[in-house]
Amino acid sequence: MRFTGLRVLKEGLTGNRGWAHHWRDPAPKAEYGIVIIGGGGHGLSTAYYLAREYGLTNIAVLEKGYIGGGNVGRNTTIVRANYFLQGNSEFYSHSLKLWEGLEADLNYNVMHSQRGLINLFHSDGQRDAFARRGNAMINQGDDAVLLDREGVRKHLPYLDFDNTRFPIYGGLLHPRGGTARHDAVAWGYARGADQRGVDIIQNCEVTGIDIENGTVKGVQTTRGAIRAKKVGIVVAGRSGQVAAMAGMRLPIESHVLQAFVTEGLKPAIDHVVSFGMGHFYISQSDKGGLVFGGDLDFYASYAQRGNLPMVEHVMEAGMTLMPMIGKAKVLRSWGGIMDMTPDGSPIIDKTGVDGLYLNCGWCYGGFKAVPASGNCFAHLMATGRFHGAAAGFRLDRFRTGRRLLDEEGTGAQHNLH
Amino acid sequence: MRITCPFCGERDRREFYYQGAAVALERPVADAGEEAWDAYVHLRDNPAGVTKDLWYHESGCSSWIVVTRNTVTHEILDCTLACDTKSEVSI
Ligand SMILES: Cc1cc2nc3c(=O)[nH]c(=O)nc-3n(C[C@H](O)[C@H](O)[C@H](O)COP(=O)(O)OP(=O)(O)OC[C@H]3O[C@@H](n4cnc5c(N)ncnc54)[C@H](O)[C@@H]3O)c2cc1C
Ligand SMILES: [Zn+2]
Repeated sequence: MRFTGLRVLKEGLTGNRGWAHHWRDPAPKAEYGIVIIGGGGHGLSTAYYLAREYGLTNIAVLEKGYIGGGNVGRNTTIVRANYFLQGNSEFYSHSLKLWEGLEADLNYNVMHSQRGLINLFHSDGQRDAFARRGNAMINQGDDAVLLDREGVRKHLPYLDFDNTRFPIYGGLLHPRGGTARHDAVAWGYARGADQRGVDIIQNCEVTGIDIENGTVKGVQTTRGAIRAKKVGIVVAGRSGQVAAMAGMRLPIESHVLQAFVTEGLKPAIDHVVSFGMGHFYISQSDKGGLVFGGDLDFYASYAQRGNLPMVEHVMEAGMTLMPMIGKAKVLRSWGGIMDMTPDGSPIIDKTGVDGLYLNCGWCYGGFKAVPASGNCFAHLMATGRFHGAAAGFRLDRFRTGRRLLDEEGTGAQHNLH
Repeated sequence: MRITCPFCGERDRREFYYQGAAVALERPVADAGEEAWDAYVHLRDNPAGVTKDLWYHESGCSSWIVVTRNTVTHEILDCTLACDTKSEVSI
């Protein structure tokens, strides 16, 4: 089934009765060439690029719940390429380019909206830091515009510019930054992989990884044993548990991150606005809800819901930045489980077991990474070589201390990111 | 989430600083080697279920507390002064 404007029109006029399921619901086979554990954004995009770029289609994606039930359907959908460090910047730049061609590539409307992202600053020192970051982004080939106070006011007239603690000095505008519809991204990749022959198997939890003489042989699941020549672990917040099935301990601590949405409102916020000093960021969804969030709750958690202190903190920060937000009613809040690494950057690597590959550590920023992560992980799994854009995401950087990717510059230690 | 400080009683979570997994009580000796230090600083069991972590009563009495907690339910099972538990905690 292909989506076209004509088809949408025809279905609209005939009661939308002609649409079919977007992907099949196959029973697991006894053996695959490649098994991907985890049907989140990264697992699905990996399967898609394995099929599209390398012609490998004897693949199963095993998902313990349903497609879109993990972080890929719980995030606040910000897509950007404004990283500073070499190792990160070329990767996110690669990802943003893939985003820009994604809808045509997938024949799927993921509602990618490059509405512009503005990171606010509140002192001369911060202005210097943002000017430097903007230059790094431009050197990488991406876009950045340093706005002064009046420049920000033109875009965001509703902010409290004279807040006593954090007066607004200006902002760094990243015009190609924006948002996308999170679950459409998962659905689009699932459909694209399925169309090329990949089996997407839901309600199938991996409970063990079979290894013989240092080589992976397959997995045990709640729907039986499945043999495989190669296995990729792509389970985000659950990385610690699944890696333990292969006898590995990872440099990962799982934390809960919360987000919030208000009732639907008329268009009010046209950009993504990031208020780093208050750990607050916000955008408005196409349905009209204000989508916003803050920092981690900051304790290890698998609960997919947080505690009230961070709720209060986020609401206070929102009121500080844009007092008008006090008129909106919060509709829902939720949490997702973040696979936090010590330096806050991800891991795309081989493991000590032949045929077993690892993709994790996306922390609170892995949605924007979905296209490039799958693209680079597929490259690694298919060819055995590291993709140039993701060569820095090595597991051993923590042990050796070489090429740590500590974007925040706070130290490569678990409780600092 | 409320944490019971052995000195101050049950207090709001905001009074405490979270240090992380209670491995910090088992610091390797200086020349223990790369593997031991990597395990200590970076690698974590990261259990979904009962765990022990270290909290510091920053806005209270400044004691270090080993909190036994369920990471799935957020239930707090036990709070003991770090200086009293030191020898019992395993990595
Ligand atoms: C509140 C919130 C806001 C966020 N905001 C942003 C943002 O604005 N921008 C951004 O770039 N990122 C953001 N993120 C981060 C981003 O969502 C994640 O980094 C990313 O989605 C993680 O990768 P994933 O999509 O593959 O994860 P998931 O969707 O969690 O996929 C992992 C899958 O593995 C499955 N699984 C686990 N164990 C097993 C098993 N044993 N067997 C089979 N399957 C298993 C899980 O069920 C899950 O579906 C946010 C996250 C949260 C929670
Ligand atoms: Zn106390």
